[in-house]
Order: sequence, then structure tokens, then C-alpha cells
Amino acid sequence: MPEMTTGDDDAGDGIQIDMISAERMDGLRTMEKIRLILDGVHDDNIVILEDGLDPDEESKLIERTMSEINPDGFTGIEIETYPGSDGGDGGFLGRLMGSDDPSKLTVIGPANRIETLHKDETLISTLVTRR
Amino acid sequence: MGLLTELRSSISRATSSLFAGSEPKRIGIYGPPNAGKTTLANRIARDWTGDAVGPESHVPHETRRARRKENVEIKRNGKSVTIDVVDTPGVTTKVDYKEFLEHDIEEDDAVRRSREATEGVAEAMHWLREDVDGVIYVLDSTEDPFTQVNTMLVGIIESQDLPVLIFANKIDLEEASVQRVSNAFPQHETVPLSALEGDNMDEVYDTIAEHFG
Repeated sequence: MPEMTTGDDDAGDGIQIDMISAERMDGLRTMEKIRLILDGVHDDNIVILEDGLDPDEESKLIERTMSEINPDGFTGIEIETYPGSDGGDGGFLGRLMGSDDPSKLTVIGPANRIETLHKDETLISTLVTRR
Repeated sequence: MGLLTELRSSISRATSSLFAGSEPKRIGIYGPPNAGKTTLANRIARDWTGDAVGPESHVPHETRRARRKENVEIKRNGKSVTIDVVDTPGVTTKVDYKEFLEHDIEEDDAVRRSREATEGVAEAMHWLREDVDGVIYVLDSTEDPFTQVNTMLVGIIESQDLPVLIFANKIDLEEASVQRVSNAFPQHETVPLSALEGDNMDEVYDTIAEHFG
């Protein structure tokens, strides 16, 4: 499964998007997954998980996020999941377009930079602002 | 989850169900901020014990600690069910102290409130994983229920195999749509009510007794 990172750390006003494959997440324990997500979000990146988190991991992600919020900077996360539909041709990008997946594509970003404008069964529309 | 943790959790649940007949069940009132959780907890507590659980407010995150009202005995149709009502802070994935400033709260107080709110949400998540036997999930029926927090929370509750009721609150308001709430979670029973006005509380208590009794 592909794993890609776009963007440029040196581009101060750029937006980095980390797409993390199910394969990479499968090898991690719960806290390692949460750390990977939150470290990305703390760096102002948008993190896209091919396979999402299970409910217990989501619960611990919320708990951990709360413990890291501070008035001087980090205000938490915005998270959207997008359950896949039946059929389609597979593949990570295909799933990005919602064509195939029994799992749930998940988009996570810093709460002060990402805002969900619209979500329905076939579309998530998100506004990402620069620093 | 580690094997040991899983084993401990199974033993704990088995022990809980063994003593289910004698111990009051702890029913957690969950939901997003400002859904009316404390108003409902107070309504239930006042109706059956005469006391309130905590202060209500239109300011989000007024409840920043889980509060428990023990031994609330609800009598329905000649039977009675005793529950501990646990009013929990509204669950969210973000807290910005600047939101409190919009409610005419001074900056120092806003920062303190936001810190307490984050601790309260973490505490509510912990209660959900470890310490409740059933959940009343309260939604403001004038708001869109299809939010990520609602979806995640209901998913977490279902993964814990906890009995859950969805309460569509604030039906006294013109914009309320109970149908929209039931459509969002068709797998669970939805009960319409106004905790503030006391509307439909008979059905609320019948359903609580039936589900958690």
C-alpha cells in the first residue's frame, strides 16, 4: 500500500499532508499510533489514515488530545471519518475518492487550521488555513 | 489491548453482572457540550430524590467534572430501578479558551475553565471505558446530530457493549427535529424530551426502567 508525504518543511506557508497506509498503522501499538497522529498535528500537518482507528483507540486519542491542549498554542484536533462504500476499484487514492473500502478513511488536523465545511455520504469538504 | 488488561476487563464485567441485581447501575449521561446533560441529570435527581446534581448554564463546559448522584430510585408500574446518575462533561476534540471570552468571562478565568474542561473530557472518556454500566446519550434536537464526535462516541459506547438510549432533548424549541436524531442512530431507541420543561418525562422514566432495570 502506498505511503506518501507531500509538502515541504521549508515552505513556511505550505500545508503538509501525511497519508499513512493501513500497513504502516498495523505494525504499531495504540500509543504509537496516537503519537504518530498527534506529532503530525502538532507540526500543523494534516494526517490522513487509510484505515482509521478502532473505537478504543479513538477514545484514547480524545483523552490524549485533551491532555496536550494548552492555552498558548494547541487547541485540539478536528477529525472526520469517511466510511467506505461497497464496490469500486480499490487503491488508496480510489478510497480517497470514496470508491471502495470496508474501513474508514480518517482525516485529522489541528483544530485551529482545519474546518469541515460540509460532510455527507459522498463528500467531505474541508477548509485548511495556512499559519 | 493487552491480554492482561483484556482479562482484567472481562473479570470486572463478569463481576459487575454477577452483582447487577444488588448494586445500583451507574448510568453515564454523555453527549456534546450544551446538549442539556446537566439539566436532564438535575431533572431526574429532583424528580426522585429532591436534590440537584450540579449547576446548569448556557456557557459550554459548565460541567467540568463528572458528578454522581447515587441511589436514584425510579418507580414505574409497580417496579423500581435504582441507578447512580453520572453527569459527565460534554465531549469534544477541541477546547479553545477564547470561546469563553465570548461569554464575558475574564481571560484568567477562561484559561482556567479551558484547562478544567480538557481534564473533564479526559475524565469522561475514562469513565466510559471503565466505570459506567449504561449510557444515556443526550443530543440537542435543534442541532445536526451527524457530527464526528457523536459518531465516534456512539461507536465507542457500542464497542463497550453498553446499553444505550438516545435522548433527543430540547423538543420545546421550534427548530427541534426528533426525526433527524432517530435517522442518525437508527440502531438505538430515541426518546424525545425537554429536560428543561419536563416534557415527555413519563416516557423517559419508562424507558430508563425498561433498559437499565
